[in-house]
Amino acid sequence: MSPLKRIAYFVGLPIVLIVLWYALSFGSTNFFVPKPIELAQTLWTTWIGDRFFEDVLPSLGRLAVGLFFAIGLGIVLGLLIGSTRWLRNLLEPLLEFFRAIPPPVLVPLLMLLIGVNDSMKVAVIISGAIWPVLLNTVEGVRAVDSVLNDSCRSYGIAGFARIRYFVLPAVTPQIMAGVRQSLSIGLILMVISEMFASSSGLGFTIVQFQRNFAIPEMWSGIVVLGLIGLGLAIIFQFVERRVLHWYHGLKEITHDS
Amino acid sequence: MTVSETTMNQPVKTVPMLSVRGLQKIYKVPGGEVEAVRDLTFDLAEGELVCLVGPSGSGKTTLLKCISGLMEQTSGTVELNGSKVTGPPKSMAVVFQEYGRSLFPWMTVRANVELPLKNQKVPKAERAALVDAALKSVGLDHVPKSYPWQLSGGMQQRVAIARAVAYRPQVLLMDEPFAAVDAQTRADLEDLIRTIWKQLGVTILFVTHDIDESVYLGERVIVLSSSPTVVQEDLKIDLPEERDQLNTRALPRFMELRSHVYAEIQRAKLGPVTEQITAQRRASLK
Repeated sequence: MSPLKRIAYFVGLPIVLIVLWYALSFGSTNFFVPKPIELAQTLWTTWIGDRFFEDVLPSLGRLAVGLFFAIGLGIVLGLLIGSTRWLRNLLEPLLEFFRAIPPPVLVPLLMLLIGVNDSMKVAVIISGAIWPVLLNTVEGVRAVDSVLNDSCRSYGIAGFARIRYFVLPAVTPQIMAGVRQSLSIGLILMVISEMFASSSGLGFTIVQFQRNFAIPEMWSGIVVLGLIGLGLAIIFQFVERRVLHWYHGLKEITHDS
Repeated sequence: MTVSETTMNQPVKTVPMLSVRGLQKIYKVPGGEVEAVRDLTFDLAEGELVCLVGPSGSGKTTLLKCISGLMEQTSGTVELNGSKVTGPPKSMAVVFQEYGRSLFPWMTVRANVELPLKNQKVPKAERAALVDAALKSVGLDHVPKSYPWQLSGGMQQRVAIARAVAYRPQVLLMDEPFAAVDAQTRADLEDLIRTIWKQLGVTILFVTHDIDESVYLGERVIVLSSSPTVVQEDLKIDLPEERDQLNTRALPRFMELRSHVYAEIQRAKLGPVTEQITAQRRASLK
């Protein structure tokens, strides 16, 4: 696909939707219904300036730290649990139990344990975003190819070298599938962690606008969240294409034949 | 010359490179046990190229896994150069049938061949030279930057062979390596194995279910019975040293040998043999 065509695909539907939205909201006097031009102006005036540094950047920072630890811990623990049979058998029911707990209910608990600070918010993000990566890694390690495993063994590739050259690359497709889920969970938890006992951040600000009936501002905050999600997706795709280029190539060939 | 001149009772001169003694493997399955390999005894002298041929389901893969230390036998011993095999030995390399699953798809051809050497901490310059030589010897020096999955099946198996060659093993085990490639590629690969064997002087144990292949390749052919497996016959292949797909396969002696192995395999399918029947069979062949 030519770059021009790709850009057309990328922005085509959003433009159509905005035009449609403009047409439908034209002449509306409903207080709660935002209008495109008004919203764009609000977006600019509300978020560009002090608020960007005081609310958006700190939120993004906590999200980044939370996701970094969730993904890192998920991979390390997943490799460990996945490659040790007794550990896996021991922990599996427990992991399913903790995975089932919705992280928002942990917020009051973590507030008590850690206090009301950045660490608590990061902990909330980790507590939810770690699961897809962790469980996918465990599952992936369990399912590594037996012939490749035999190849490693017969060439004496063991221990750290085995993890580095065999297990980790072999599990990367599953890890990336987990990371994709973790990103959206992380974003949700970033907002939720700022809704309780907080005085700054994107989540806090949006709730604040809502309570003060600053409806256009509230909508603009939601748009900012959507844009962050979009940004994460683009970064993810970029990284995934680099890390898994072999996987996509392999899949394309096996589907052709 | 008759087919009955076997090497079965020939005394072994020195310590054999590979020695299998009374190998038995019983699998525990739900509701009982399955005896895959009953009692296998044979030796490979240093630098020999021996083919193991047997009917399908005759425990060939099980045997190879026990020899390579990837699986523990129930009883019996495997000795490599005089020392007991308890895990995958350092001086042994295995080429598997499933080439698509034995190469790392995330590594280039070159990286695949290089990995075992890197793991053995072979110095970089020496490593590069070994990899180059190995890729050259299998005729793949033009694709080092490709990924295995970009290559045809035959070429992927060449990569696996190059990896084994670069590793410089004393014993090379091959588990039906050409079973999944087309006939023309297979002929090329067979000649490649003969060439590499002569160049390196490596001891090769080549497992196959293809009778023609075993006769064409081997200096000796060990015929296995069906499961539970025993050695049915140990046959010396007295074909000329220089083999050629057209001429060797057209030799009357080749025909004789392949017919003999074919008959043995047919008989093997009937079940494990007793010495008495073997003797009768021998007498009738003369």
